[in-house]
Amino acid sequence: MLDIKIPIGLMFSVFGVIITIYGFMTRNDAELYQKSFSHNVNLWMGGLMLIFGAVMLLLVRRGKSKT
Amino acid sequence: MEVQLHLIDYIIMVIYFVFVLGIGWFLRKYMKDAKQFLEAGRSLPAWVTGLAFISTNLGALEVMGMTGSGAKYGMLTTHFYWIGAIPAMVFLALFMMRFYYGSKARSVPEFLKLRFDEKTRALNAILFAVMTIMASGISMYALALLMEKVLGWNFNVSLWLSAVIVLAYTYLGGLSSAIYNEVLQFFIILIGLLPIVILALMEVGGWSGLKEGLAPIAAQKGFAPDTLTTTWKYTGAANANPMGVKWYGIFAGLGFVLSFGYWCTNFLIVQRAMAAESTIAARKTPLIGAIPKMFIPFLIIVPGIIALVLINNPGSGFSIMENGKPNYDLTIIMLLKHYLPAGVLGVGITALLASFMSGMAGNVSAFNTVWTYDIYQSYIRPATNDAAADAKHYLRVGRLATIFGVLVSIAAAYLAGLFGNIMDFLQTIFSMINAPLFAVIFLGMFWKRTTAHGAFTGLLGGFLVALAHHGLTAPEGATTLVKGGWLGLIHTYPVEMAQNFWTAIYACASATLLTVSISLVTPQRKTDDELKGLVYSMTPKISEANIPWLKRTNTLALLVLIIFIILSVLFW
Repeated sequence: MLDIKIPIGLMFSVFGVIITIYGFMTRNDAELYQKSFSHNVNLWMGGLMLIFGAVMLLLVRRGKSKT
Repeated sequence: MEVQLHLIDYIIMVIYFVFVLGIGWFLRKYMKDAKQFLEAGRSLPAWVTGLAFISTNLGALEVMGMTGSGAKYGMLTTHFYWIGAIPAMVFLALFMMRFYYGSKARSVPEFLKLRFDEKTRALNAILFAVMTIMASGISMYALALLMEKVLGWNFNVSLWLSAVIVLAYTYLGGLSSAIYNEVLQFFIILIGLLPIVILALMEVGGWSGLKEGLAPIAAQKGFAPDTLTTTWKYTGAANANPMGVKWYGIFAGLGFVLSFGYWCTNFLIVQRAMAAESTIAARKTPLIGAIPKMFIPFLIIVPGIIALVLINNPGSGFSIMENGKPNYDLTIIMLLKHYLPAGVLGVGITALLASFMSGMAGNVSAFNTVWTYDIYQSYIRPATNDAAADAKHYLRVGRLATIFGVLVSIAAAYLAGLFGNIMDFLQTIFSMINAPLFAVIFLGMFWKRTTAHGAFTGLLGGFLVALAHHGLTAPEGATTLVKGGWLGLIHTYPVEMAQNFWTAIYACASATLLTVSISLVTPQRKTDDELKGLVYSMTPKISEANIPWLKRTNTLALLVLIIFIILSVLFW
């Protein structure tokens, strides 16, 4: 019917790209990251979401090549 | 109190909406008959139904409430996730699921019809339909109120917008769409809340720093210094822990009656497992759900406990005060505000919206199934000889029921705003139908002699006893009759939770007693053949001998129990 890993993978990849770029653009904005004790949470979480999304999409490809 | 959102946060939210609706849109072409729409065609793999099983339970009220309870009771709140869920989920998987799934019943009320009779089904179906819609209205109200208070969104706009989105994707793709979205929502909730746990633990200096920070707070409340970071240690006496309950109250009330009543009989939950592709997948569903369930406390309760440290430290700038009183429901969103910069904040707020939607879609998809099969098909328009035309007809009815259910939920949400107390009361009443239901279904599955009259009397009697118990007792310091005592006061409990536990214990015990005694004096009208697949002793044992042992249901159950015991010991 629909492999749910596809929308999950796509959505988190999109989130990952957007949040990572935003984190990169705001890397010198000390005021923004005051809340998170100067950790650039957007870079970390963006990266994490990108990896998660990519893994989901990879699983979809692997599943397809098997069948 | 207001949280400022940036453009980036709104972009994240809009993308999420697009995906949620997109899943519904994509699935719409598969919705050719009622079975596809209301039962997801019984075709989903266990990991999907397992995650949906847990996600639908992780609604907005759950996330807000449990983070708030973390701030109130500390680690004791984890009892709701460990003893109060895991044994029941394992029991459901190992002993009950084969009857639900194997009976080919399409809902829990229909199982009651197959095992007992029409009146037992009718009683349960009607109570369940009303309760489910009210529950979804109450959570919709809570969410819209939170969004108004904290984000400054218009109450009506967030109410209608969230309802219309849930309506759109459940209308288009039915139960499949609800379940698929619950899986997506599960991951968003996980990832959206993850940074607050990490940042909050960093701020207080890890677990040991948290313990140190909580010691003076516990002492100030008159408890031992490690009360708020332990689970069982101080349950020897009711006044030694903030929940005000003794270990056997937790064990019997929460661990047995409340949790078995909820996890083993609530159609909202069981429906997810019934959509699985095979008996094995259905049995694995609760077990797969149990694994994330055990770790969710670290995501939603631990931040609540850390909030307690922040609340008691005026220098932290963290507050959940509203009109001079702490409002624990605000804990989760205030934590999001406190720690997250724009960007991840959008993901965090989206996680809250996702939790709301997963809960509400669960309610709506359970409601339309019970309405269509157990009320409409049973009493309004029975099936005809033309199966193909029926499948189309009930599909249309299921879709209309979805719209109707959402509209009634919206009405209930406005009622909750007008008469908050009455809605609280209704919720308390509805919580009373599960404990007797468990007693009746359990006896029905494991005692061949249980009769339809016995079951019906047990169901009704247990409910009335629960009602009477609530009417005759009240928690200490109760100011309204909504909390109990509306029939006159004969006993006062130290806290509301103790009253809830005992209400459920009385309900379950009297339902058992009534069902057994009436069954013994009424004849069993079902033949042995009719009871096949519905009663333990009449059903062939299932053998998983041909499956490698690593993939067997029992192995998974054992793994779940081992993790459960390790966690309980670690946080003793």
